[in-house]
Amino acid sequence: MTMVTDLSDAPLPIPPRVRKTTGGRPMQWLRANLFSSISNALITLVLAVLLVKAGVSFVQWGFSNAIWWLPGNDTAACRALRGLGACWAVIPEKYRFILFGTYPFDQQWRPAAVTLIFIALFVISSGRTFWRPALVLVWIAALVVIGLLMWGGVFGMPYVPQDRWGGLPVTLILATFGLAFGFPLGIVVALGRRSKLPAIRSLCVLYVELIRGVPLISLLFMASVMFPLFMPDGVNIDKLLRAQIAFILYAGAYLAEVVRGGLQAVPRGQYEAADALGLSYWKKHGLVILPQAIRHVIPPLVNTFIAFFKDTSLVLIIGIFDLLTTAKTAIIDPAWQSFSVEVYVFVGLIYFAFCFAMSRYSRRLEAQGTPR
Amino acid sequence: MAEDRFISEVEDFCAVTMSTTDRPHRRPLHRFWGRQQFIGLIWQIVVIAIAVAIVGFLWSNAVHNLSVRRISTGFAFLGREAGMPIADSWIAYSPKDPYARAFLVGIVNTLRVAVIGIVLATVLGTMVGIARLSSNWLLSRLAAVYVEVLRDLPLLLQLLFWYVLMQGLPAARAAWKPIDGVFLSNRGLILPSIPLHAANLWAIGAAVLGLGAFYLLRRRLIAQQMRDGQPRRLWPYGLILIVLLPALVSWAVGAAWTVTKPELRGFNFVGGLTLAPEYFALLIALVTYTSAFIAEIVRSGIQAVPRGQWDAAAALGLRRSFVLQHIVLPQALRVIIPPMTSQYLNLTKNSSLAVAVGYQDIVSIANTTLNQTGQAIEAIALIMCVFLTISLAISLFMNWYNARIALVER
Repeated sequence: MTMVTDLSDAPLPIPPRVRKTTGGRPMQWLRANLFSSISNALITLVLAVLLVKAGVSFVQWGFSNAIWWLPGNDTAACRALRGLGACWAVIPEKYRFILFGTYPFDQQWRPAAVTLIFIALFVISSGRTFWRPALVLVWIAALVVIGLLMWGGVFGMPYVPQDRWGGLPVTLILATFGLAFGFPLGIVVALGRRSKLPAIRSLCVLYVELIRGVPLISLLFMASVMFPLFMPDGVNIDKLLRAQIAFILYAGAYLAEVVRGGLQAVPRGQYEAADALGLSYWKKHGLVILPQAIRHVIPPLVNTFIAFFKDTSLVLIIGIFDLLTTAKTAIIDPAWQSFSVEVYVFVGLIYFAFCFAMSRYSRRLEAQGTPR
Repeated sequence: MAEDRFISEVEDFCAVTMSTTDRPHRRPLHRFWGRQQFIGLIWQIVVIAIAVAIVGFLWSNAVHNLSVRRISTGFAFLGREAGMPIADSWIAYSPKDPYARAFLVGIVNTLRVAVIGIVLATVLGTMVGIARLSSNWLLSRLAAVYVEVLRDLPLLLQLLFWYVLMQGLPAARAAWKPIDGVFLSNRGLILPSIPLHAANLWAIGAAVLGLGAFYLLRRRLIAQQMRDGQPRRLWPYGLILIVLLPALVSWAVGAAWTVTKPELRGFNFVGGLTLAPEYFALLIALVTYTSAFIAEIVRSGIQAVPRGQWDAAAALGLRRSFVLQHIVLPQALRVIIPPMTSQYLNLTKNSSLAVAVGYQDIVSIANTTLNQTGQAIEAIALIMCVFLTISLAISLFMNWYNARIALVER
């Protein structure tokens, strides 16, 4: 800024930079943003033509030629249209199975309620005014209620074993419990990795690097195939819990690295000040260092949450019925076999809604800057 | 800087006061540190003991369970006949080969997806990242939508989606022919190819050698130019080493560069290079998904370069594309390389999703082996070894590259 004022008496005034305005007259806007040069105009025209072509064929396939509703299981009308129009009729036919899997049909209000509780929990946790110790209690209470609703067996709700669970609640359970337990684990490991004690440090480094060095699938294979080998006789942990443990270990390693970044961003003076006050190790970190460190890394934390939410879909490979697996299973039905694209689009929209909300949220936090 | 000086001044001051005030007892301080160290030692012993106890417990259970199931541990099974068909392999393989050979095929298949995927994702991601910063509103919006949509959908979902689209392609007889000799059908993508005889390999070797020699020569000439400021002509050497030398070798050994175009015979294609639908779907999914992340990295890297660099280059009258290529990107690279490395590692690890569409990479083959032989620990140890090795290789290479392009400060 000062440079500009210093140059104010220079012989040739510097012309102001052309500012791209979003307001102003539409023709001006078009000129500035779409037709500023010949090459730009060419790019605009080519893209516009492609976009219109793609848009028209998409609208034809997805809307004007599509079949939205079919009575019964007679899909001949859809088959006749294959390739020309979408068969959205598969969604009203299968959505209950895709969303809730093989959960007893008349009891499916329970997983639906669980889904709503999860969403409410996420919304509450995103508000900065709610970031206080009581939130932990809310979480514990909500997770207990979710467990009660899913299992049942009390308050007149019939018991539903875990292998009947499926669909969206399973995806949300895997993601939420994975993060709820993986996050504290990640914090402990991140502290361990920065510890002065060599044995603890190398143990933490080994854990983080081993988990991050291999694909998640191999961890899931371990959980589903190797884990029973490592258990004493008679101990049998069911598949969902085994996958959940694998996810917690996986999330812990990745979150530890994010938290470590935050710890490194805390100025040395904060450590020294806490030491000068004579705080113990745990008090120093709990009261002084960690609150600052975690605030520094909230946007990358949310990004890790998004990645983790998407990664829960990998349980398809070990045969756990999450949202993607129920979608894939729904179209095994011979009558609807050839309409997987429609089902994947439907499931994709659900995943997108969750991830997009989180990524918008992370961007908003980033724009607000580090809170005090 | 100022802080450092302040701290050192404070330290000097303290040192002075320390030395002038002659305090007799410093023992309590020693004892304090000793206590800290003692607590630390106890902590370490406790943690190590717990870790050893857990590992020992799991290990003894495993040994017991394996003996009950009569599974002998060890890698002897690698020599046994695999009996597992592998459809898509670049090295010779038959089900009669031993497991070791099957694993080798798996490693080659993983590398084939990972290496080609990394190259394509880098190119596509850089293009999208630059497009996001374009002054053309339509182009930058489209790039933003591309990034947002691909980043917010699970990779596995995208992979299944592409695979379903592949299967929905017309049969071999009605294959699409976008260009002469290129076929796209539910058998995959079939491209024309050049058969590699020994003579051709000699010529290719000569080209690689020429390229290496040209690179070294170029470095020397640039160093000379740096010293005396005299511009030197590079292109004649390039012509000789990269074009003429391989051509000469090719002519001398009598290499034939005939292109074989695939032909439809009966129900399938003969000749040409086939990219199986599984491989093709996996490659598209990995490349598009990773390119969305790379685009964001490239965008933020370019934005990290101060605007003054653009302005200064424009003031010198340089073209915009030249500025991007020679002034902005080299500086942006320093910001780009570290996160790019982790994207490359992610792509490599994500290639293990191959098992979902039946492309036989190392994870898929290890999984089949595990089901056939019950050698769970060995199979998973092999997967881990392979991925840790690949990860380490990528990290080492990228660290080397990062050190090379790092800012040299005076």
